[in-house]
Amino acid sequence: MSLVEVRDLTITFVTRDRTVHAVGGVDFDLAAGEVLCILGESGSGKSVTLRALMALNPPRTTRVTGAIKVGGHDITAASPSQLEDIRGGVVSMIFQEPMTALDPVFTIGRQIEETITRHEGVSRATARARALDLLELVQIPSARRRLDAYPHELSGGLRQRAMIAIALSCRPKLLLADEPTTALDATVQIQVLLLLRRLQQELGMGVIFVTHDLGVAGEIADRVAVMYAGRFVEQGPVAELMTQPLHPYAQGLLGATVHAGQRGVRLTTIPGSPPALDTPPTGCAFAPRCAIALPACSLSVPALRHAGARAASCFRATL
Amino acid sequence: MTTPPILLSVRGLQCHFPLKSDLFGRSPGVVRAVDGLDFALFAGETLGIVGESGCGKSTTSRLIMALQKPTAGEVIFEGQAVGSDQAAGGLPLKAYFRQVQMVFQDSSASLNPRLTIAESIAFAPKVHGLSHRDATAAAHDMLDAVGLDPARFAQRYPHELSGGQRQRVNIARALALRPRLVILDEPVSALDKSVEAQVLNLLADLKQRFGLTYLFISHDLNVVQHVSDRVLVMYLGQIAELGPVDAIFDAPAHPYTRALLASRPTLIPGQRRAEAPLAGDPPNPINPPSGCRFRTRCAHAEPPCADTRPPRAAIGPGHDAACLMHLPRSGHSAAQARAA
Repeated sequence: MSLVEVRDLTITFVTRDRTVHAVGGVDFDLAAGEVLCILGESGSGKSVTLRALMALNPPRTTRVTGAIKVGGHDITAASPSQLEDIRGGVVSMIFQEPMTALDPVFTIGRQIEETITRHEGVSRATARARALDLLELVQIPSARRRLDAYPHELSGGLRQRAMIAIALSCRPKLLLADEPTTALDATVQIQVLLLLRRLQQELGMGVIFVTHDLGVAGEIADRVAVMYAGRFVEQGPVAELMTQPLHPYAQGLLGATVHAGQRGVRLTTIPGSPPALDTPPTGCAFAPRCAIALPACSLSVPALRHAGARAASCFRATL
Repeated sequence: MTTPPILLSVRGLQCHFPLKSDLFGRSPGVVRAVDGLDFALFAGETLGIVGESGCGKSTTSRLIMALQKPTAGEVIFEGQAVGSDQAAGGLPLKAYFRQVQMVFQDSSASLNPRLTIAESIAFAPKVHGLSHRDATAAAHDMLDAVGLDPARFAQRYPHELSGGQRQRVNIARALALRPRLVILDEPVSALDKSVEAQVLNLLADLKQRFGLTYLFISHDLNVVQHVSDRVLVMYLGQIAELGPVDAIFDAPAHPYTRALLASRPTLIPGQRRAEAPLAGDPPNPINPPSGCRFRTRCAHAEPPCADTRPPRAAIGPGHDAACLMHLPRSGHSAAQARAA
């Protein structure tokens, strides 16, 4: 059985002024111990999809349809108290900005202990010992001293490691990562990516990693899903997707990314900009920007077609 | 080969920020944001500045733009010291700003939300004496040059544009005075990849069309390699390495440059890195390490590195690195091995 099963997920945000169809029909599975990268630009719905897996989107304004199952739990049907057990125990999340995700008035050690005592009901002394192990697991130097440090006393890289330690404190089966290395410097980013990859392998976790950075996906993913205007337009194993993308948007994204050793070469660009999602797209959302679009592309939404481990939703792609 | 003329140079540039003093008036120290920079910018080139956060690259751009007063040192534009007395052979700021303009990272924070796009672009030319009508006509021309149809965009407000369009407006505004040098401080970092490529292509076109010189600051090594003729690598307020782009990327001499290049993520899973090239975060610029500032993270550090601030040693034509390993008789074992 898959660790994650998402079927025909749609997410709509409804406020008095505006309705936004952020996610328009997403299906995917994640096997235990697999790393999936969701790649997309801002507004593509990648973070919203990720948050739906933990029911973190604001409940008042969010309308979710479809099925989300994580580790056998039905997330869309779970009660608030069931969700409290699932969050942290089964699935946990790390964010882009550790300074806003950590509580500034509690020490790092206290924040880890709190998570452990809440979920496992152990004594504070046991929780503190576990917290120390966790800081060592995420390779924070002089971990014993850092237990009593407040978030503002740590550097950006150490804060990100502390947040990973909190997320892993109750041994989740699934770790969700929302651009956790985007705010970090290059030499620190690679350290955190390598740490996440090592922890994922040692602990056998499934990981869903959201990023806009192709390089990050290349370093960490087993499988990549490219998202555009609220839908997965292509999925496949990372090596094949990076070398031979099938969907015109994925091709454009790779062509537009500045690679090493492209000095003075004119970059290929994707003309125009992504559509506003106030109304759900009636055809392929990429058609207005696509160089090979046919009239039929604007009439109906292309279904995701599978060929082996790869899939693309494009009438023109040869699978 | 003749070298092009020097458009701008900085000499001994320093910028220290004193920290807020405590209850008893004692100052806990100073942030040495920029600590002794010397380099020249040749007419018509693109000089890329790379480094991690806190290395002083943005402070450098603000010092050159005269938005920040240096603690010591000077900026010289075409032989004239910027901001000093005209009688003493200096260049007044107003004349300097006609020649040098800047584009910032945050495209919406750098535009006045109450002005239309055309008004924003026409603002500086009006300050510099153009009539309202001529300035507006010039603003429309500039909008056209950056690929925004004036008929559609001139009367819009910044919040009605996408991030990429706003950054085009910022570029148009910077070019409205027809400057010769444009400082680009992370101009594409906040943009999505597909838009980033559009803006990079536009910058290349404008450089050719208006004969511009660029100072291009970015943390993205791939982008810097794409746009630059020469590259300057900064670490904790000082120059680690400076050289032609191919030399820096193909044969980096400074251990920090090598680590920075090796930290780039790869797109190809078969080339994934097994080990991070550097451990830890960059140290705090409040109390930087003595001697070579990189020595606390450097795999090649030896006792002499703690004693002397390494001077910049020549590596090749126009290429130097501030590392004792490349300085003859520096006392570092690698320098001795090289000499032997």
